[in-house]
Amino acid sequence: MSSPLLGEFLRSRGVTRRDFLQFCTTTTALMGLSSTMVPRVAAALEQARRPSVIWLPFQECTGCTESITRAHGSTLESLIFQGISLDYQHTLQAAAGDAAERARETAMKENWGRYLLIVDGSIPTGNKGFSTVAGRDNLSLLQEVARGAAAIVALGSCAAFGGIPGADPNPTGAVAVSAVVKDKPIINVSGCPPIPVVITGVLTQYLTFGKLPELDALGRPRSFYGQTIHDRCYRRPFYERGQFADSFDDEGARQGWCLYKLGCKGPTTHNACATVKWNDGTSFPIEAGHGCIGCSEPGFWDKGGFYQPLSTGQWGSARTVGTAVGVGAALGLASAALARKRQKDAEGA
Amino acid sequence: MSLLDFARGPALQWSIVIFVVGVLWRLLGVLLLRTRKDHSAPRKEAAWKGLRLIALRSWPRKEFLGGTAFGEVMGYAFHIGFLLALFFFVPHVLFFADIARGLLGTDLHGLTGLNWPTLPNGVVTLLSAISIAALVAVLIHRIVSPVKRLISNFDDYFSWLVTIAPLATGMAAFAHLGGWPYEQLLAVHLLSAELLLAWFPFGKLMHAFTIFAARGSTGMLFERKGASL
Repeated sequence: MSSPLLGEFLRSRGVTRRDFLQFCTTTTALMGLSSTMVPRVAAALEQARRPSVIWLPFQECTGCTESITRAHGSTLESLIFQGISLDYQHTLQAAAGDAAERARETAMKENWGRYLLIVDGSIPTGNKGFSTVAGRDNLSLLQEVARGAAAIVALGSCAAFGGIPGADPNPTGAVAVSAVVKDKPIINVSGCPPIPVVITGVLTQYLTFGKLPELDALGRPRSFYGQTIHDRCYRRPFYERGQFADSFDDEGARQGWCLYKLGCKGPTTHNACATVKWNDGTSFPIEAGHGCIGCSEPGFWDKGGFYQPLSTGQWGSARTVGTAVGVGAALGLASAALARKRQKDAEGA
Repeated sequence: MSLLDFARGPALQWSIVIFVVGVLWRLLGVLLLRTRKDHSAPRKEAAWKGLRLIALRSWPRKEFLGGTAFGEVMGYAFHIGFLLALFFFVPHVLFFADIARGLLGTDLHGLTGLNWPTLPNGVVTLLSAISIAALVAVLIHRIVSPVKRLISNFDDYFSWLVTIAPLATGMAAFAHLGGWPYEQLLAVHLLSAELLLAWFPFGKLMHAFTIFAARGSTGMLFERKGASL
């Protein structure tokens, strides 16, 4: 397949050298690499062939696609994204029906063993009719396309961990990509949706070094998910000082104090929101006044209420503790009575 | 059910139940024992003055300083560090406030209008590290000293283990040790604290409830008999 170099493609789209290097600098920093690596990243990226990418959306809401295509304006991130040879994405592509499926089959055949597979959405394992594409059920389509992929990017929390479709009671039997595909490298780019620059960062890393990034225990790139929101939160000093907002409209909230008591999941959530931010670096949820809901963590939908503080324990009720007091007192009285009887017997003997 | 759900749910509930049942059982069992009537004439009438022994025994005596200084210093270092970390670390305070709200329908702030003070995380980290170091030191001393080794049993070592475990796992969770998911570290920390609660009434940790009562009653007995405190 003829594919121009990424550098040529970006220049043809009017991207200046300055913008390109700025992107490389940001991405290099995000990948946790030294600034001395920027020229290498830039050179590698310029020379990168546009890789063939097949994108399979399954049980999803298109939020992940929205996140990266960024309808509000054309950014370098979206151009980098366009710089890949996206050979199949049924939400974005113009072709439909048989033509679309033929495009996928052709891309798979021509790039067998080399193409990158992006999956967003979870895979239903219950009734095959729950989610279909061109009459094919999601499970068999994923298994077929995964066989020829060099690597798989599970984009968004649904593909990475099952997400909202997998939330209790999980009516469709939704599972993550990793539950279906066992023999291919999988990069989980979680988030609901993931941050655009994290998506392009992962693609850049793959294009630059030709290998997968270092992953954490949950299969997420360590460079983006290595720290918690809490670690890098600008409200952290208030947490340290014990200054918390008790409601969304109290003085603490107005002063920008820590949202821990209002259920912020920042301490348990690994993502780059606090540093990269959203909407061209405008802000992130905590900056907008709402606690983190922990969307990049597995099972975030089922971890109790979004407004329940993390410290909350289901420690039982006053009734349970009251019963324990009763039982303890009864046991104490009984053992004391026994001991007293033994004492008396001993004295009498 | 995830490990964290288990730690926060059933494990927490059961450990609290075991703790409450066990503590009451042992306390009542001891407090309600028959005391023999002392028919002798008291040497001193105001036996309550013997309660001074609680304070006196909490401070080293000059005569024995050489032999007890190490234990005293380490003991204080550990206890102060442990208690400050337990009661003044921000997430702990929030956790206790949550328990109070569940039990009483309100917390300290709701009851009194006062805020429970907290310590900066850095201070708590330092205190925890001091506590751990002191615990390690006393364990080494226990093993190295022939007498202490001889009089030590399973209770001593197990109580030591369940005491250091929440400190170590708490620090690991705070530091996100080894890049493990925070939930797992937090769950392990909670489980270690729950093990401490469950073991508490049945081993030497129970001294937290009995030590002052024991010293007080001994002091009153000594005072009555006219012994020098």
